[in-house]
Amino acid sequence: MSEYDAMWEKLGIDLEAHAGLLEVLPPMYQEHILSQENRPEGMGYFDFVFSEVHGLRVKELVEHREAGGVVVGTFCTYVPEELIVAVGGICVGLCAGAQVAPEEAEKLLPRNLCALIKSSLGFKLAKVCPYIESCDLLVGETTCDGKKKYFEVLGELQPVHVMEVPQMKLEHDRELWRQEIRRLLARLEEEAGRKVTLEGLREAVRLINDKRKALLRLEELRKSDPPVISGRDALLVAQIAFYDDPARLTEKVNALCDELERRRDGGIAIGGAHRPRILLSGCPMALPNWKVATIIETSGAVVAMDEMCTGIRYFDNLVDEEAPDMDALLDAIADRYLNIHCAIFTPNRERVDHLKELVRDYDIDAVVYYALQFCDPYTVEAFGVQRELEELGVPFLYLETDYSAEDVGQLSTRVQALIEMTGSREKA
Amino acid sequence: MAIGGLDIGSRTIALVEMDGDEVRWGEVIATTFDPLAQCRQLLEGREFDLLVATGYGRHLAQANFADRTITEIKAFALGCHRLFPQCRTILDIGGQDTKAISLAPGGKVADFQMNDRCAAGTGKFLEVMAAAMGLTIDEMGRIALETEAEVKISSMCTVFAESEVTGLIARGTPRPEIARGLHEAICDRAVSLLKRVGIEREVVFAGGVARNPCLKALLERRLGIPLLIPENPQLVGAMGAALSALH
Repeated sequence: MSEYDAMWEKLGIDLEAHAGLLEVLPPMYQEHILSQENRPEGMGYFDFVFSEVHGLRVKELVEHREAGGVVVGTFCTYVPEELIVAVGGICVGLCAGAQVAPEEAEKLLPRNLCALIKSSLGFKLAKVCPYIESCDLLVGETTCDGKKKYFEVLGELQPVHVMEVPQMKLEHDRELWRQEIRRLLARLEEEAGRKVTLEGLREAVRLINDKRKALLRLEELRKSDPPVISGRDALLVAQIAFYDDPARLTEKVNALCDELERRRDGGIAIGGAHRPRILLSGCPMALPNWKVATIIETSGAVVAMDEMCTGIRYFDNLVDEEAPDMDALLDAIADRYLNIHCAIFTPNRERVDHLKELVRDYDIDAVVYYALQFCDPYTVEAFGVQRELEELGVPFLYLETDYSAEDVGQLSTRVQALIEMTGSREKA
Repeated sequence: MAIGGLDIGSRTIALVEMDGDEVRWGEVIATTFDPLAQCRQLLEGREFDLLVATGYGRHLAQANFADRTITEIKAFALGCHRLFPQCRTILDIGGQDTKAISLAPGGKVADFQMNDRCAAGTGKFLEVMAAAMGLTIDEMGRIALETEAEVKISSMCTVFAESEVTGLIARGTPRPEIARGLHEAICDRAVSLLKRVGIEREVVFAGGVARNPCLKALLERRLGIPLLIPENPQLVGAMGAALSALH
């Protein structure tokens, strides 16, 4: 019996299935995260948050709702968190990173669909996610075809508001997106039963900008060589940022960064001395998906940058806080989000240019491109990315996988061969 | 100095002893369900100054007796480059995976591709298909060369292809035609993997499946160039592992 059983039961959680899920998490966390050597002490907070993944934070959501606040679930970095905060709501990222009840999900979805979508529905149908059950509203978006159609399925189970994300970045796309921001705001105001004021929205923008600034500060520290934080720990911080309280998270990330600066200045590194520096690019790695990052880092390399939605795409670029009026501020929010370079856009020149910049700025030795099986945007875009990076002489490894562990051996061989290649490149 | 190279594959384990870059001797045994016991048997009474392991069982070896490990990719690159210094492309079809590797002129790995998680088009695939036709792999390779007629095997999944073969047998399709179709299917797959890394001469064909004369002939015809095959293609990985000690 857990102290949270009554709370979970009230949320409609299947206690038995849920207990099974919670049992597999600690050994997984031990293997992927806690087993790392010389971790920063500031990671203690994140270890604690993860240990309470379905406990304390969910309790906060329940209390927030009891006090009259709303909880809004999202599945994508395009959904503006500041709008949710501005109506007094809490935003929680619901992307799923573990395979749960695929047989249930496949009753409503085709087998050949990406693991992220299927597991999201798996969590819902198996009644093991207290977050989705705590949501007053889910906000979906028309990013890829799979998600777009999935939200129709999910909409039959729970209220879903779907935002239309354009697929190009022309002037009329921007106009559409700015309207979509306003349509979402109206829906959120209705849900929360309150109107947003300019000052309220500006305050929310500042809160979320502060979170971004802290996460960007952490990214800067990942330039340190030898590394002061592992890629897995940085990934964990980003994953937790999707659902933790933003003000508290900002404070904890900044405290972690203070420590990392001391480490950098004092020459205190994680693990060994110089190691190949890998950039991970591609699909998001939602909690608790650490598979590829662990393979890379247990093979003697460090993930120095994540060009993913659970990485820099999530917190790069700030919203202009100084916009003079409501309209300008809403446009500033829209513009910041439209500047995320997801593979759903065409053309998507900005992503490749950004990748090249990151490779240079983070002194990257090789790029590992992580694509979820059946994710058309990222699998197709991989070819062009590979060509351009190889023209720069950057070794590139394409990995297509899902949430199962059966291919870990094969993936390890490929990653280790890539690392061997960077070694011979250095000698050459 | 005696350097040992141990290649623990999914179907076979190869051990070589090298003195510098010369092979003193080599031996190949089956992996079975207990690779550790097989390795111990192979290593019994043998002393090495350094033992380097490769293959999918390399970490198991390192945990028990090997001094260090390298991947199969690097091992095949080193082994093939030693045997054929002009080698620029390698096709390795082993028991459970297929690799295409392109080498820079000095022998360093420039790029590589591996098959996905299933054993489609590998030695295991041939083994299962031969069994479905009541033949040994050698017999299947021989009869496939007897005919120019082939049936199209549309499935590369070992499980589906086996059903397909069973269906063809039931329809009375001559076994040589089925065997030929199976070899053509593997050839297709290998060629597409090779094309992804780029095909530059010389091309070395290694790994256990390189012993299959039918596949060599089909690949050469398809690629329009001769393939170089090591005298003992199953030892190349172990050789490469041992050679890595020199680098």
